[in-house]
Amino acid sequence: MLFNEPSPLEVKVLSRRFELPNSASIDTFLANDGYKAFMKAVAMTPDDIINEVKASNLRGRGGAGFPTGMKWSFVPRNADKPKYIVVNADESEPGTCKDRVLMENDPHQLLEGILIAALAVGAKAGYIYIRGEYRYLIEIMDKAIAEAYSKGWLGKNINGTGIDFDCYTHSGAGAYECGEESALLESLEGKRGIPRIRPPFPAVSGAWQSPTVLNNVETYCAVPSIILNGGKWFADLGTPKNGGTRMFCLSGHVNKPGVYELPMGFNLLRMINEVGGGVWHGRKLKAVVPGGSSCPVLRADECDVAMDYDSVAKIGSMLGSGGVMVMDETTDIVRVALRTMKFYQHESCGWCIPCREGTTWLKKLLQRFDDGHGQSSDVNLIGEVAKNMLGRTFCPLGDAAAMPTIAFVEKFRHEFEAKLAVAPGSFEDSSRLIQVV
Amino acid sequence: MTFSPELEQRIQKLMTSYPPGRVRSALIPMLLYCQDELGHISEELMAECAQRLGLSRLQVDEVIGYYSMLHKKPWGKYHVQVCTNVSCLLRGAEDLMEHAKQTLGVGHKEMTEDGIFSLEEVECMGACSWAPAVQINYDFHHNVTPEMLDQLLSGIRQSRQKVQ
Repeated sequence: MLFNEPSPLEVKVLSRRFELPNSASIDTFLANDGYKAFMKAVAMTPDDIINEVKASNLRGRGGAGFPTGMKWSFVPRNADKPKYIVVNADESEPGTCKDRVLMENDPHQLLEGILIAALAVGAKAGYIYIRGEYRYLIEIMDKAIAEAYSKGWLGKNINGTGIDFDCYTHSGAGAYECGEESALLESLEGKRGIPRIRPPFPAVSGAWQSPTVLNNVETYCAVPSIILNGGKWFADLGTPKNGGTRMFCLSGHVNKPGVYELPMGFNLLRMINEVGGGVWHGRKLKAVVPGGSSCPVLRADECDVAMDYDSVAKIGSMLGSGGVMVMDETTDIVRVALRTMKFYQHESCGWCIPCREGTTWLKKLLQRFDDGHGQSSDVNLIGEVAKNMLGRTFCPLGDAAAMPTIAFVEKFRHEFEAKLAVAPGSFEDSSRLIQVV
Repeated sequence: MTFSPELEQRIQKLMTSYPPGRVRSALIPMLLYCQDELGHISEELMAECAQRLGLSRLQVDEVIGYYSMLHKKPWGKYHVQVCTNVSCLLRGAEDLMEHAKQTLGVGHKEMTEDGIFSLEEVECMGACSWAPAVQINYDFHHNVTPEMLDQLLSGIRQSRQKVQ
């Protein structure tokens, strides 16, 4: 079921079956190219599959944007240990709700992507790690897996090809940190979701210390189309080094929020105005967080940008997970910065001290501004505390908390200064105090 | 402990889903599915899971402490979760949370006296484009207004009265 009207500007690749009746059923899937890409991949060598994915310029859709084909090529060919495919369906980056739509409307597309990845690296089992809150999606995926087994697309000797593959769902239980690959693997092993030090990377030592391919739902979902139509076809949909389409999750102050599939490199202002129907209530645009809450905010004047990994990186932010959060001119940036930090403070697993302490202190500092008790020295202190977190943690959560905070303060410093204390207790601002009195 | 046949079947399937010798992997889904049936994680349930998976009580307890959905105290029969993260915040989630507090007469992580409802302000639940969002147990509700929330809550109350 779609929760928002599609836009005529969409380029439907991953979402092309969404509007078919019973789109989640295997019959609809099989009647519309389903498992054809897998059969094509069976006739290819693992190198051919990986080269096709490399040629597609597909980059990890979870947020980091690492080239998928290259990631697969890191899995050792002749490992004695079994290899695994793991799907990161722990979608929990604030602003992101695309994996939900992909699994709900076309679960078999994900299964086919998993199967092709398995062919490429020689894996015999796959695990779909789904966040606990998405219980109904676990039921949908379990149903799809059962259908695939009963029709011979999973299990022993798949469709007479001699290939065996088993697939399982695995539920998380509420932890943003488990969306980070190494913490996810710890959680899959029945432990607290604490990040692992790398190297070794999961491709060499992942689930149960075995070579593991770990990608986001959307990444796997793109693979069948790449194999079916060729890597070049997929690459040409996007911009150089940024192949294909992207499921963008438009949220916040727009008239038509929703999940829309648009080509990589689609202009952000056009996305807001033409796909999203413009900023609501006829107001002006103030800021946009372009790729989930870990990405530094963009001012309205920075939003004339192509939405691909490299273009957004060039202006100091990230394409991230595709969660585009739009804020109108009335938005209280201090409040947004505080809410963002409350989230990271709540979700920091506490393993690395710079992250555990940094998020706690930043939350306190931001809370002070929001309460109207900020000191003028705090504005710089926020930036300093945040900068001291960068690069000092096992996993990117520390950076993810620090980077947006630095940007909020740098780009909207005046809004923080407008919330400085004017009440007793603020010695530095006694001049303002007198004026107020 | 004896579970319902459906839950027992689910546990058995979980315990055979992982590579040989890696049965511990079943722990988190097992705790969550059991909690759904029993309402919360009791000492007895912890001991049962530990025994089935060959773990110590402490190994189970430390996992429960980490995951926000696992809880050792009972929640209401209907656990109302209001997301107030940025996308929801931008579309009025703070007012919605305030309204939920007023309507239910309880605060964050509190339960009504009759044990029917509990309330929690939660982090992003993946409904950002249809914000503000509320989850009641596992059911998503999108673009929720205070009026819609009232209807949802009174609908639950009425359906319970009918059953009684």
